[in-house]
Amino acid sequence: MIVYGVAILSACVIVGKFLGDWLGVAIGVESNVGGVGIAMLLLIAICHRFDSFKKGFGDTALGISFWSAMYIPIVVAMAAKQNVLAALTGGPVALAAGLLAVLASLALLPILSGRVENDDRKPTTEGQE
Amino acid sequence: MADLISDVLVKNSLIFAMFIVGFVTWVSYLLSKRLSNGRIHGSALAIVAGLLLAYMGGVATGGTQGLADIEIFAGIGVLGGAMFRDFALVATSFGIHLDEVKRSGIRGGLAVIIGVVLSFVVGAVVALAFGYTDPVDISTIGAGAATYIVGPVTGAALGAGSDIIALSIAAGLVKSILVMTTTPLVAKRIGLNNPQSAMVFGGLMGTTSGVAGGLAATDPKLVPYGAMTATFYTGVGCLLAPSILFFAVKYLVG
Repeated sequence: MIVYGVAILSACVIVGKFLGDWLGVAIGVESNVGGVGIAMLLLIAICHRFDSFKKGFGDTALGISFWSAMYIPIVVAMAAKQNVLAALTGGPVALAAGLLAVLASLALLPILSGRVENDDRKPTTEGQE
Repeated sequence: MADLISDVLVKNSLIFAMFIVGFVTWVSYLLSKRLSNGRIHGSALAIVAGLLLAYMGGVATGGTQGLADIEIFAGIGVLGGAMFRDFALVATSFGIHLDEVKRSGIRGGLAVIIGVVLSFVVGAVVALAFGYTDPVDISTIGAGAATYIVGPVTGAALGAGSDIIALSIAAGLVKSILVMTTTPLVAKRIGLNNPQSAMVFGGLMGTTSGVAGGLAATDPKLVPYGAMTATFYTGVGCLLAPSILFFAVKYLVG
């Protein structure tokens, strides 16, 4: 049943967000800490369970993969509701702070991620490691 | 007649939003194929188109929700809001490899802390360069360079003025929009082509919407890896910015 997949996904999101909020309160922060990340780990854990229990996950997977495929359209909608006007008219301080923060982070990525050279030589190393 | 049409669109705004998004995506993929021979990814164009529409919505209404402030496009606000975004984002983790997460988890976590500190320092230095001297103002702008949520949370905790808080939100918005648009352009050069670098990328950048959009336009397979670490960033930022990082600024400036 497709709806089982949707329901599992919903449950993971709700539980993950709840735990994220709870974690935020526990460390005294006015924000959700990793709710989506926790929800993802829950979903992965559940899917792995199902895989090992019985092969035929069947229609249930469709309920999740549909929403996974809707992700890019939702991101387009997300882009369309950003406060772009405020970003562009926020003044030189905001522009400089945002721009330089992005540039600095991009520059640091190759150093921190550390698997760059390997991937440059062999683009398809999957399964060999 | 026009009233009748807009009435239907307002009453069914979420449904209409799905049509709009589908239409924008279709045009973007067409342009990608015709004009750039597929070199610029269709979804990257679609996201830029979305940002353009958001700008026009902002100019037309003076609101803060981009296109969603126009009544018949209100559904865009629901479809593109945090609820559906996070729902679909979690769904993408269906295709994740647990081994990759285990292998890169520590690196990703480290990237979150380094990313928060780095963006804060950059933002604080910019504030200094523009002549701000109050440690509260400097820290709030630095926090805004982390994300547009860390900025106002930090500003409120430290008692910053509303003009400074608005500035910190603007800095965060600039960052988020830049990450969305520039990631596909630089991905190859910085080695952003595997799950591990995506997890580090999410941790370094931290803006969930920026990372989500930027990776979607680069390689949708990388989205869940980047999102997984990015989602911890704002929380860590709200923890560090008004405390340790603010004290550091106070010590150095005051």
